[in-house]
Amino acid sequence: MRPTDILKITPQGLYCAPGDFHIDPVRPVAQALVTHGHSDHARPGHGSVLATTETLRIMAVRYGEGFCGTAQEARLGESVAIGDARVTFRPAGHVLGSAQILIEAGGCRIVASGDYKRARDPTCLPFEPIACDVFITEATFGLPVFRHPDLASEVRKLLDSLALFPDRAHIVGAYALGKAQRLMALLREAGYDRPIYVHGAMERLTDLYKAEGVPLGEVRKVVAAERGKLGGEIVICPPSAIQDLWARRFPDPVTSFASGWMRVRARARQKGVELPLIVSDHSDWDDLCATIRETGAGEVWVTHGEEDALVHWCRTQGLEARPLHMIGYGDEGDDADAPREEPAA
Amino acid sequence: MNRFAALLDRLAYEPRRNAKLRLAAAYLRETPDPDRGYAHAAMTGALTFRNAKPALIRGLIAERTDPVLFGLSYDYVGDLSETVALMWPTPQAGAPGHNRPPAPTLTEVVETLASASRSELPARLAGWLDHLDEIGRWALLKLITGNLRIGLSARLAKTALAQIGEMEPNAIEEVWHGLEPPYESLFAWIEGRGPRPESVDPAPFRPPMLSHPLEDVTDFRAALDPASFSAEWKWDGIRVQAVAGFHEGRKTARLYSRTGEEISGAFPDLIDALSGDPHFVGAIDGELLILRDGRVQSFNVLQQRLNRKTISPKLIHEFPAHIRAYDLLAEGEEDLRALPFAERRSRLEAFVGRLDPQRIDLSPIVGFPDWPALEAARADPAGAGAGVDAEAVEGVMVKRLDSPYVPGRPKGLWFKWKRDPFVVDAVLMYAQRGHGKRSSFYSDYTFGVWRQGQAGPELVPVGKAYFGFTDEELAQLDRFVRKHTTNRFGPVREVTHTADAGLVLEVAFEGLQRSTRHRSGVAMRFPRVSRIRWDKPPREADRIETLEALLATYPEPETTDP
Ligand SMILES: [Zn+2]
Ligand SMILES: [Zn+2]
Repeated sequence: MRPTDILKITPQGLYCAPGDFHIDPVRPVAQALVTHGHSDHARPGHGSVLATTETLRIMAVRYGEGFCGTAQEARLGESVAIGDARVTFRPAGHVLGSAQILIEAGGCRIVASGDYKRARDPTCLPFEPIACDVFITEATFGLPVFRHPDLASEVRKLLDSLALFPDRAHIVGAYALGKAQRLMALLREAGYDRPIYVHGAMERLTDLYKAEGVPLGEVRKVVAAERGKLGGEIVICPPSAIQDLWARRFPDPVTSFASGWMRVRARARQKGVELPLIVSDHSDWDDLCATIRETGAGEVWVTHGEEDALVHWCRTQGLEARPLHMIGYGDEGDDADAPREEPAA
Repeated sequence: MNRFAALLDRLAYEPRRNAKLRLAAAYLRETPDPDRGYAHAAMTGALTFRNAKPALIRGLIAERTDPVLFGLSYDYVGDLSETVALMWPTPQAGAPGHNRPPAPTLTEVVETLASASRSELPARLAGWLDHLDEIGRWALLKLITGNLRIGLSARLAKTALAQIGEMEPNAIEEVWHGLEPPYESLFAWIEGRGPRPESVDPAPFRPPMLSHPLEDVTDFRAALDPASFSAEWKWDGIRVQAVAGFHEGRKTARLYSRTGEEISGAFPDLIDALSGDPHFVGAIDGELLILRDGRVQSFNVLQQRLNRKTISPKLIHEFPAHIRAYDLLAEGEEDLRALPFAERRSRLEAFVGRLDPQRIDLSPIVGFPDWPALEAARADPAGAGAGVDAEAVEGVMVKRLDSPYVPGRPKGLWFKWKRDPFVVDAVLMYAQRGHGKRSSFYSDYTFGVWRQGQAGPELVPVGKAYFGFTDEELAQLDRFVRKHTTNRFGPVREVTHTADAGLVLEVAFEGLQRSTRHRSGVAMRFPRVSRIRWDKPPREADRIETLEALLATYPEPETTDP
């Protein structure tokens, strides 16, 4: 069987014919396998959903308990048969519960990696490379200008600014699922022990992380009336809120944003960011390239992001590669609370 | 270099003027000579390096990276220096010759660039880039290409300098143009350690006075008394300051742009005339125009002269530069800026009266008894005294008769009232991703109007617009493009454009020219999206005949250079 007979591109998303299921479908389908809880990958209204326990819980928090007909739990590392295909979920290191999906059919091994990163993240399991024939990768940061710096130095930037401006509130934009909690965990590792304040929109997901056993220390929801008293505190909010009137009610706010996009100056300025923090939940260029090599795949399919550059690189390495031009990922943003512009980063 | 790079990085992200000022002043106070002097020169654009052109940097990165990956990256980032700074492959620690020597100092960079031969430069630059981090590389590349646009104006940089010694910025301005980096005598004077620098500039730049849009004044027809104002044409050239003075018996004449950059080199014909005219000693604020047979040429013509790198006698002959004077800031040694406009104007008339009218003439006063009369003049400059020069009139300037000449943009003194642009309803056909900060949006729009094709009405592209909309409208347009894409060609998306489905954009533009480069045969000047016509079906958009008619009424010469 050729890989293209096993996985096809349909308007709903990637479709596995031997198993009769879709991966991360963008429209309602009968049977969906979901890699992780970001809203461009995990959508409501499917007949059945197979995903990790954590991803199912995230979907329930976002869309309510009835987000699909039947929810099935995928155990990491356990291979199950679906129709004529076998599927195995393995950690992707992207956000809590994120997984890659290995599909074996007709003697061919294909890995749909969803979104993934290789950098350290105390809030989720690390990425595990899977040997395969075809590796399906994202390319959100698929340009060699994206090289994420050392995490500790970025967290240090925020703490240094707090020391320099002890009376100003530091408003940090971060995606509600994953980035916000990772930032909290990194701040705790760096010894920051004051309460961390969060925008109401990220409270439930943060509670979920804590319930899943991720230590985040004391997290308090911002009470509107008390914003004026939060000088010198760290406040984490959805990216869309950093330029809102909401943010201006804090004492002389320093506007910050934690995202891989902050590597490019024009992006930071576009958002009016004064303290860009380059912290990303996606792989940077070097990690994309290294991961492709590690999987040993002879063929690479690129779902979304900067496909052209990554496809070109694969070809210069003697790998077969093609862009899938998938619509609906990244485009809509990843966060129900930040419904615009770029993908979660 | 690292301390300077850190300053530039902070400045680049800091929107507040006062915070920028504090950052720059703190740097100048804490950094030793000569680094701070070179830093200041770099910030004000006073350093140029003949040897470091973008081509050199492109060459270095081309040796180290894949050309396709570089091209895609550059297209995404939108800035050469930043792209190279981010992509530069740093040598692995432990590799031979890379035992991490310290990063270069700013002084080392500046002095090396001044003395290194053309052939040495690439290796020097590559060595520095190897030992700096992303921010250091970015700052170095910005510096050596003379592209330090970090949101710190020359004026602000001088104000920061003045703050070290609690001086007035204008005191710095007045000694400035005679000085050379790294300004050690200037710092000594500011810090009270030395005398005022000797070489006082005989032809200094004086920060210009700017205006506000008249429409910004609520109900200006009732709020402003026409009898308190004078009006004149707003000419479509470049605003300049022409200055000449004597120092130790020698005359110096200079031409400055409104930002204080000296542009004398581009206009040797004017400089010769100003130096040679014994009556020209002082400072004039005016508009630089091209005059042929006494007739003002359009901005396109001026643009052709500005685009040329070498100033040949033929160019000077074909594009004679001329100044149309608005104001007199100094006459001889006397500073006139504190006088009321009416008084400066009569001094200006007498002053210009003694000069060669081929080179400098007066911008005429437009008399008006009331606002409707001025509105009529603005709508029809040809009929209101501008005559054949009317095409070069952008609108009118309205100035309080009692206004002193105040640097900057003071409130309530000077107003500009621009002519209404041309407007056409066109259909969005293609959209392309923007550069830099807009790279996540489809922000460049190709639009077309209807014409009769062989198979019935068809849309023909007539231009491209990438500004005129608010950020909110950009988000709406971007969403529309993504939802209605019918085809993709690399970074370009084709968008639905039929008679019944599609989006109409109201496009405003300043003028129209015949063009052989465009399929429609016409090219617009400064097209921009003035309104999004969500309400209008594409079939009701304008036809090419509308543009043809405009072209017949307002002909502009065809440009050779896009
Ligand atoms: Zn994701
Ligand atoms: Zn994604």
